[in-house]
Amino acid sequence: MTPLASYLLVAALLFSIGLAGALTRRNAILVLIGIELMLNAANLNLIAFWRFGPHPEALTGMMFAIFSIAVAAAEAAVGLGLVIQIHRHAKTTDLDAMNRMKG
Amino acid sequence: MAETMDQIFVLLKHWIVGLLPVTVQPIASVLLSVVAIVGFFPALFALTVLLERKGLGRMQNRIGPNRVGPFGLLQPIADGIKSLTKEDIVPLSADATVHFLAPVVLVVAVFLGFAVLPMGRNMVLVDMDASLLFYFSIGASTELSVFMAGWSSRNKYSLLGAMRAVAQMISYEVPLLMSSVAVVMMTGSLSLVKIVEAQNHYTWGLPHWYIFTPWGFAGFVMFAVAATAETNRSPFDLPEGESELVAGYFTEYSGFKFALFFLGEYLAMFSISGLGATLFLGGWSAPFSFMTWVPSWIWFFSKLMLSIIVFIWLRGTLPRMRQDQLMNFAWKFVLPLTLLNLFVAGLWRFLGNGWERWVVCSAILIVAYAAMGKVGMRREHFGPRSYHYAE
Amino acid sequence: MSGMFFLISALAVGGGLAAVLLKNTVHCALALTLAFAGLALLFLQLDAQYAGFAQMLVYIGAVAILVVFAILLTRGSETPKDGVYSRNWFAGLVIAAAVFAMLGWAVLQSTSVLPHETAEPVVTVQQIGIALMGRYVLPLEIVALLLTAATIGAVIVAMHEKEGAK
Repeated sequence: MTPLASYLLVAALLFSIGLAGALTRRNAILVLIGIELMLNAANLNLIAFWRFGPHPEALTGMMFAIFSIAVAAAEAAVGLGLVIQIHRHAKTTDLDAMNRMKG
Repeated sequence: MAETMDQIFVLLKHWIVGLLPVTVQPIASVLLSVVAIVGFFPALFALTVLLERKGLGRMQNRIGPNRVGPFGLLQPIADGIKSLTKEDIVPLSADATVHFLAPVVLVVAVFLGFAVLPMGRNMVLVDMDASLLFYFSIGASTELSVFMAGWSSRNKYSLLGAMRAVAQMISYEVPLLMSSVAVVMMTGSLSLVKIVEAQNHYTWGLPHWYIFTPWGFAGFVMFAVAATAETNRSPFDLPEGESELVAGYFTEYSGFKFALFFLGEYLAMFSISGLGATLFLGGWSAPFSFMTWVPSWIWFFSKLMLSIIVFIWLRGTLPRMRQDQLMNFAWKFVLPLTLLNLFVAGLWRFLGNGWERWVVCSAILIVAYAAMGKVGMRREHFGPRSYHYAE
Repeated sequence: MSGMFFLISALAVGGGLAAVLLKNTVHCALALTLAFAGLALLFLQLDAQYAGFAQMLVYIGAVAILVVFAILLTRGSETPKDGVYSRNWFAGLVIAAAVFAMLGWAVLQSTSVLPHETAEPVVTVQQIGIALMGRYVLPLEIVALLLTAATIGAVIVAMHEKEGAK
């Protein structure tokens, strides 16, 4: 197995673990944690392809990963702000309890 | 002769490594430097604890510890024996794993920061291209250990102290980074070794340290303020203020773990003083061109000790700031000034080499400081007081 | 592959597993920090130093602390009465396993056409700076706008409403 393949498999594993976390946990914050794991796995994929690709001096993969990190941080901030506000309103962060549109 | 004294530690290391077989030489070289750092800075920590207690004592019109040894010089040994032999109490409801790991994470993170400081000519443990960025990333990990300590104790005081400490540290992280970015911009490199080398030139005997430029001076002042807040030192030590929060986030720690936290805090102070000296005060370069015969590491450690003395002096002089005053100060005063400092640093480069740039840059910074002081730190006006008495 | 790679991957994957399996939410957040650290080390092993340090600074220094604060502000550290896994946890697990199987199959099937290891790229921070200010200046400015919008949005969303503003 080439080095690139092993990095891609690790990224795929992390992605599916994050997906499992986002789909199976009750707490809204843990869903966000799963999403962060998925974003990180995608970043690993990008950097692995940049390193083992044909033109690493063009820096495309690294730039993409850096912008992805910045965007993920922004998304985490807004998402967690939303979770905090929902908690203030519904007094719970349990996603199974929030199955109605009526507030 | 001066050259030998300057490089004495490097030559010593090469000699010792030369005595070993070739296969282990790379690892032995690194291990030797690591052992030197891990051995030296805790010794400096012991000396600083004594210096702080004596210094604070004198500022408060009393003598510090003077029972153990002449002038209290063996006091750190007594302190060490005490903390090693005290019973290690962990509360029953505390989270044992996280409670144990918090001081470890702090000390490891702080020691990692020492790896990139250039302590003398050719005396860096790791010479990386992005060493300043490495330093700040590691510094960001110390905040997590503070939170771990406070949360795992399952104690309201600890949790409050931890949240305040983390809020303070993340607020002052941004001015710390921004004031360093001005230095990076003017040097053109993130590598601390190159930053020192850029300051190592002399004009008419005076050095090109960044503190002697208007933007460098303002940057240094803001870096010092942010550094005091980052290491939770007075006047920003509300999270560990003894009169407010018992001991804040390390209330539930006793014995050796408390000593580790104490060690971590002082080492963080050394580390950030070293960084301040490297970025603004010229690192290991001598103040005047006729003093370059003194070894470079002596200059670095003198600047470090000077910063430590200033920290101790601040602790003995200024009253503690309240949490909301502190955060107000960070976001509304220091941060806009650091952004303006970046702009002024850019202006400095493009205004040519004469006296105009001194006047223009200093004027902008002084006016901004005065204006920001009046506008940014405005408080709400309170109405007349009303009292509620129990009837 | 080298032993170091296995060690770091074990750290990252172990951290990720702990982050989604543990009962205590704060432990999950700390395990997530471990996963981030493992990933930063993987980036460093791939000679992407700037990305590794940026990952440590942004994720461990900011996102992890944000998650932890959110957990504290929403009382996530108290265990819920109905357990921590949702009602349809099995479906989620099956979907995640299917996604992993598909990705793994895609990676392993195409081993023959994957590009081979090239020489170590020496990337200085100066090159990254020039690229950011040259070719990638538009994404940089857009990300700056995005971050400003996100900051203002997060503050407004999480702000306490004033008394009479119903």
